[in-house]
Amino acid sequence: MIEPILRLDGVSKQFGGLAALTDVSFSLNEGEVVGLIGPNGAGKTTLVNVVTGNLRRSSGRILFKSEDVGLQKPYQAARRGLARTFQIVQPFPAMTVLENVTAGALFGAGAGSLGDARDMAMQSLEFVGLDALADRPAANLALAARKRLELAKSLAMNPRVLMLDEVNAGLNSSEIDGALALIRKIAERGVTVLIIEHLMKVVLSLSKRLLVLHHGQLIADGPSSEIVADERVIEAYLGAKFAARLKELNHV
Amino acid sequence: MKSGFPLYAAMVAGLLVLATTPLYADNYVVRTAAIVAMYGALATSWNFIGGFTGYPSFSTAAFFGLGAYVGAICQRHGIPMGLAWAIATVVVAAFAALLGGIILRLRGHYFAIGSIAVVELCRLVVSSWSSLTGGGDGLNLPLMAWPPEELMRFFLFVMLGILLASLIATILVDRSRLGFGLRCIHQNEDAAAMVGINTTAYKIAAYTLSAMFCATAGAAYASWTGYIDPTDSFQIVMTVKVVVMALLGGAGTILGPALGAAAFVLLEELFWANFLDWNRAILGVVIVLLIFFLPGGLLSLGMRRLRAAKVGGGQ
Repeated sequence: MIEPILRLDGVSKQFGGLAALTDVSFSLNEGEVVGLIGPNGAGKTTLVNVVTGNLRRSSGRILFKSEDVGLQKPYQAARRGLARTFQIVQPFPAMTVLENVTAGALFGAGAGSLGDARDMAMQSLEFVGLDALADRPAANLALAARKRLELAKSLAMNPRVLMLDEVNAGLNSSEIDGALALIRKIAERGVTVLIIEHLMKVVLSLSKRLLVLHHGQLIADGPSSEIVADERVIEAYLGAKFAARLKELNHV
Repeated sequence: MKSGFPLYAAMVAGLLVLATTPLYADNYVVRTAAIVAMYGALATSWNFIGGFTGYPSFSTAAFFGLGAYVGAICQRHGIPMGLAWAIATVVVAAFAALLGGIILRLRGHYFAIGSIAVVELCRLVVSSWSSLTGGGDGLNLPLMAWPPEELMRFFLFVMLGILLASLIATILVDRSRLGFGLRCIHQNEDAAAMVGINTTAYKIAAYTLSAMFCATAGAAYASWTGYIDPTDSFQIVMTVKVVVMALLGGAGTILGPALGAAAFVLLEELFWANFLDWNRAILGVVIVLLIFFLPGGLLSLGMRRLRAAKVGGGQ
């Protein structure tokens, strides 16, 4: 049996008396593209924060390549190959686009020298189609380009697992199509991708497997086609009343 | 940022101007040159934590004062002067590294206040620990029985040496992984951690660098004046002055802080000499105006011209 690249085993996170995550267990296999969905406040971003060490899990185990990384700091996660993007983009605003991505290559991927890091960064920029803007200050980019910059920065870190936290939020539909094509290209390179997303259309077009969080609990994990028909998932998204009506309609 | 040759040329020219003062000027000018060099070294040191990393540190006077005391105590125990300065540098650097692990958890205004408290705390400890430091009576250092001109020249070169060392360290850091990482932390500390920068270690390194040269300067200053006491060694005014100098010249640039120190010391001397009653007020107004209208510091004037020339020359 192949060892999963990332495995969560009974992971919980409490903020005081509030349980943000309760006993979450799942695993990601190498090269998989998995969608993580759930209503607002379900704990999706908390889950990513716990995996990358921005928050410390309250209990449970987080295994990356069979190694327990539950106590790692964010910079250690980055060096191990656990990269992420933020829902609200986090550039180094006064630096150029190229310098931003160079930081990822130099510190995340551990490039030998600044020169090597710059070459790697340029490749990432070409990959996401931002090479023409390499010398612009990051603060001058429009939102769609900033999201691409975020992707380029994560890619330059040479990640094994990439967690994309709502990379499509705030983009228009043609920009979303561009972003989707890009994510597919990233997955083709063998990077394991976890997409956190609100838009069902986006998740369904990318991933064959879905995880559903609701009130901090993982309520479903399986093939996308089954998940969208799952009663509990519909209930979580649309409320019990609407789910019941939908069920009646389908039976009539 | 990296303007190779003009940078070195300006640096060497500035150091030469200061170093040649004994050839043609009187002791007052040489003394001023030594003070410029000393404050230049302090401001250049501050630049590591305040300019590169963006942490508004006000601990300069703590490092300077501790350096003075460690050096003085060593010299009083018969350790030769040069070695005493080296010991002061190492001891204060270690102190800064330990302290940094604690107060660098604070950010922004909280860090600024915490770093000021360090100065006061050091002053209080030194003035209370009479058995070691002589308390409020201060400490006398072994006198150097040299002619005044020779003494002055010697300490001018010592201060210039410290300034040069701090500038070389700045250039090395600016070109290294460390400098790049510190600039990332300045821009966005969370994002810096997310690309794999060990932000805690980097900040401690910057804070330690910012302490080292201050300690050497403090120890040398103690030997120069021959007497130190707690109020004179741990001055909040000095701590604030150094920050103003760095901002005045251009924080985060290589030569800016030293240039700002020179401008500040010269203005201060000018106003002392000509407006004895109003000098502080006038200096204050000048600083406010300069920082208000030149937020990038004096160096940004030259940079702007340089950039204009580049664009004019068709890239």
